[in-house]
Amino acid sequence: MATDVQDVLGARVKRVEDARFITGTGRFLDDISFPGLTHLAILRSPFAHANIRSIDTSAAKAMPGVVAVITGAEIPYNPLPMAWPAGGSSGIQNNVNTPRVLATDSVKWTGEGVAAVVAETAEQAVDALEAIHVDWEPLPTIVDTEKALEPGAPQLHENAPNNVVFEWTVGDRAGTERAIADAEVVVRQRLVNQRLIPNPMEVRGDIGRYDPGTDEYTLWFSSQTPHIQRLLVGIFTMGIPEHKLRCISPDVGGAFGTKIFCYPDYALVLYASKLLGGRPVKWVETRRENYVATIHGRDHVTFVEVAGKRDGEVTGLRVKTIANMGGRLSTIGPGIPTTLYGRVLSGCYRIPNVYAEVTGVYTNTAFVDAYRGAGRPEATYVIERAMDLFADEIGMDPAAVRRKNFLPPDAFPYDNPSGLLTAVNGSKIYIDSGNYEPALNKALTTAGYYELDKAKEEARRRGKLLGVGLSSYLEVCGVAPSKWIGAVGEGWGAAMWESANIKVHLTGKIVVTMGTQPQGQGHETTYTQIVAHELGVPMEDIVVQHSDTQGTPFGYGSYGSRTSNVGSTAAIKAAAKIREKAKRMAAHMLEAAPDDIEVEGAEYRVKGSPDRKKTLQEIAFALDLAFDTPEGMEPYLDETAYHDTPNCTFPFGTHVAIVEIDEATGEVELVRYVAVDDVGNKINPMIVEGQLHGGIVQGVGQALWEQAIYGEDGQLLSGSMLDYALPRASWLPNLELDETVTPSPVNPLGVKGVGEAGAIASTAAVSNAVVDALSPLGIRHLDMPYTADKVWRTIQSAKGGQA
Amino acid sequence: MIPAAFDYERPTTLDEAIRALGAGNDVKVLAGGQSLLPLLKLRLARVERLVDIGRVGELRGVTETGDGGFAIGALTTYAQLMGSPAARLGVLADVLPTIGDVQVRNLGTIGGSIAHADPASDMPAVLLALDATVVARGLNGERTIGIGEFFRGPFETALRDDEILTEIRIPALPAGSGSAYASIEQRASGYALVGVAAVTGRAGAQVGITGVGHAAYRASAVEEALGRGASIQQAAAHATDGIDVASDIHCDRDYRTAMTAVYVARALEAATGRAG
Repeated sequence: MATDVQDVLGARVKRVEDARFITGTGRFLDDISFPGLTHLAILRSPFAHANIRSIDTSAAKAMPGVVAVITGAEIPYNPLPMAWPAGGSSGIQNNVNTPRVLATDSVKWTGEGVAAVVAETAEQAVDALEAIHVDWEPLPTIVDTEKALEPGAPQLHENAPNNVVFEWTVGDRAGTERAIADAEVVVRQRLVNQRLIPNPMEVRGDIGRYDPGTDEYTLWFSSQTPHIQRLLVGIFTMGIPEHKLRCISPDVGGAFGTKIFCYPDYALVLYASKLLGGRPVKWVETRRENYVATIHGRDHVTFVEVAGKRDGEVTGLRVKTIANMGGRLSTIGPGIPTTLYGRVLSGCYRIPNVYAEVTGVYTNTAFVDAYRGAGRPEATYVIERAMDLFADEIGMDPAAVRRKNFLPPDAFPYDNPSGLLTAVNGSKIYIDSGNYEPALNKALTTAGYYELDKAKEEARRRGKLLGVGLSSYLEVCGVAPSKWIGAVGEGWGAAMWESANIKVHLTGKIVVTMGTQPQGQGHETTYTQIVAHELGVPMEDIVVQHSDTQGTPFGYGSYGSRTSNVGSTAAIKAAAKIREKAKRMAAHMLEAAPDDIEVEGAEYRVKGSPDRKKTLQEIAFALDLAFDTPEGMEPYLDETAYHDTPNCTFPFGTHVAIVEIDEATGEVELVRYVAVDDVGNKINPMIVEGQLHGGIVQGVGQALWEQAIYGEDGQLLSGSMLDYALPRASWLPNLELDETVTPSPVNPLGVKGVGEAGAIASTAAVSNAVVDALSPLGIRHLDMPYTADKVWRTIQSAKGGQA
Repeated sequence: MIPAAFDYERPTTLDEAIRALGAGNDVKVLAGGQSLLPLLKLRLARVERLVDIGRVGELRGVTETGDGGFAIGALTTYAQLMGSPAARLGVLADVLPTIGDVQVRNLGTIGGSIAHADPASDMPAVLLALDATVVARGLNGERTIGIGEFFRGPFETALRDDEILTEIRIPALPAGSGSAYASIEQRASGYALVGVAAVTGRAGAQVGITGVGHAAYRASAVEEALGRGASIQQAAAHATDGIDVASDIHCDRDYRTAMTAVYVARALEAATGRAG
């Protein structure tokens, strides 16, 4: 048994969650019901910008089944909190406007909530919405990221002149100016990173229940961050302290970041339940609502300048980005295009001079916040497009340019000379490890990179333009040292440690309770593998629990590819405490000194006397009954550990995309995709591959198909899956995955995190491939997504034909 | 997404269904529900009453007419069509697997599709190229409508309010004919940005086009050019003659116009390649 157990870590173990997920017995938010449950529906603004003169709810109140109609004016709560201003407490001005639970005076985007109906059935609630009359005063709208800053643009907020949310800078301004002025070559390009709609499979929803007997609230919701929300919803929004609010995330069917945040509906269902004397109130958004009222991602306009020498050395990078934050700010919106973007722009390259300016703007669009990768895909897109533009300008192979500028393997730990990774309190994170060239070489070899000329000729004979693109990415994940990310540092108004509790019950069965919150990643499996390995017990004897603030230790939740670095290490620490106590108990039971006990798997033996041994199960039994324990030892095997990571982790790799473009129609087909990723050691390679597959496809989706389109009047034209193109399996080739393994020095497992890596890398690879395919026509850049009509028009223009 | 309230009837015979349809205003026929139900759920469409004809078994199935043609019951699903002898026709073999996904093809019906008359759905182009005839029955009895007269505009057909589409008749193709379907899909919805069905043979070519105009149409200018001896490329240049080409967020007029010519040529070439 013991040997098998030792093999669990790093094995392709099938996921323990999947029995319930694939048999339809998972328990998601909408599967939960209670006696007396009521249903809430939200009336959303049909205008992108308007004042609310008045709201007449009388007809709605008279509708069948309606038990309450709620407007913003009656809700005595604060506007939602904004937890991550740009620049933290560095003194940078953030002109903050966040949503209220329901809008009171005005709306700033189509879909902002203005009133709510609670009824006996969901059907009655939706019907009654149509009976609410709002007297609107429509206002001029602005949806364009750049035009929002122009003189004369419609203004959204009094405290945000010119629609500016913040102006943030990082890096060495003077040095970068000099590098550009002195450079042999400077390449400049405007890049648009278009707005995306994340589309988790399960939409958001919540149930609020107030207990009038105890004056306590319970919130069930599809959330990535139950513990943090107890603070954000409870204290900051409603003024309710932690011990009066319990937050529970049931099974969560995907999130991609969208379920990190504090949404207005959380406090709304709690308010409604209290209003109804404690009847539970459920709200589940429609897919349409998910499109207009759950956060969007990306939406940058960037001007990049890359300076260098004709031999391929890059000497400077200057970036100016305008980041669209939407009509009001989501919970950590400003943190994404600043800390998580501006500070990682130089990627895996040694660039001596880097400077970035980021301006956040308000527009009459849905709020923008973290979407899979959150800032790092945008940064990777900028640096990887810049590398290709520079290579093109000096006539050098893009792979050779990358190789020349990679941080060498002896550069680590690497402290970016521009201070990019230094927080305002002086605390730093270091790029702790890396070996970039082997991953690049492996990817090039697998893709047959240097033999593609023949393939290009062959494609040309079929009327196709073949192109190849590289993306050598650096991810910053495993977030984050509290000192760096905390209140006095990067400004996320909180720490970022994690927690784990392990209890070994009387029969030797183990309950592991975690502060992290899965959304489909298979945490229950990977934590079980870790604890099985650490304590030498079969996986079947372990269960992992999470996601309920009553009964799980505080944790900051799961996002930023942090669970395997921070959460797993907490679990290992808790297991070490269990082992240590079990060792002392075994010594007592075996009448030996604790130092004479050696542990192998679940066996605790006296050194030199292998027959004198106790199993963990026997020890747990004895400690639970506790009638014969060492002097001063507390009964029971129950240990909690907290872990604050000393550094982030830095996955890297090179992805290669090969595309073919139909010259007659502009249709782009991704024909091959090779990914060589270094995510360090793996707890479960099958789960790692699944994460990479999904991430790569989402990134490809941005490059080729996805875009949120707003009309000038602020209506979301790509407002459903009929108009917003999500990737489909049949559109993709087999993804060819390979690896290098450079264990992270940051944690005992040597793991780095993989939830976002695919999405961070793949967009730029596909983009570079499309531009490469079009380059024989003299095209040097094209903004995403590469829809057939756009590519066709580009080809026609390049050929001098009509367009 | 919850539709506004409506009355619901589920007759089991065609006569009952026609009576139910004629008995009120704002009554719609529900067949496979793959187009109508999403519209109702989004509240983009509202009805007072739905007449669900899903249990009217006499409307289901494909029969060979003996002369090489087919009579297809209006309630025949795409999946049933794929498994029927009609799928021997190249144009149907091409188009059916591209419609929706497995679930949609298991529920969606050919009659529902053409009665709904989405200007971008695939089936209208196919039936135009095959020169099909539509059979409809109402309170005043049965009549046949040539497919060329059937599509009047977006979501608008020659069916009267009290009529139910019962059957689609596909005539035999002349010996040696070939047929094919080629389309460029709107990536999100899977509907055609441009969809072209072509039948070619000694008797000339028949070309049906969807997704381009306000309704699917026969590209008679292309057919005539071919008849005059034009090459496929030359003829395809006439693909949108006289058509007010649609423009939307997915595809503007110029691109759609250019692609109609490209795909007419591709469909004609594929059909010709299959002609014997």
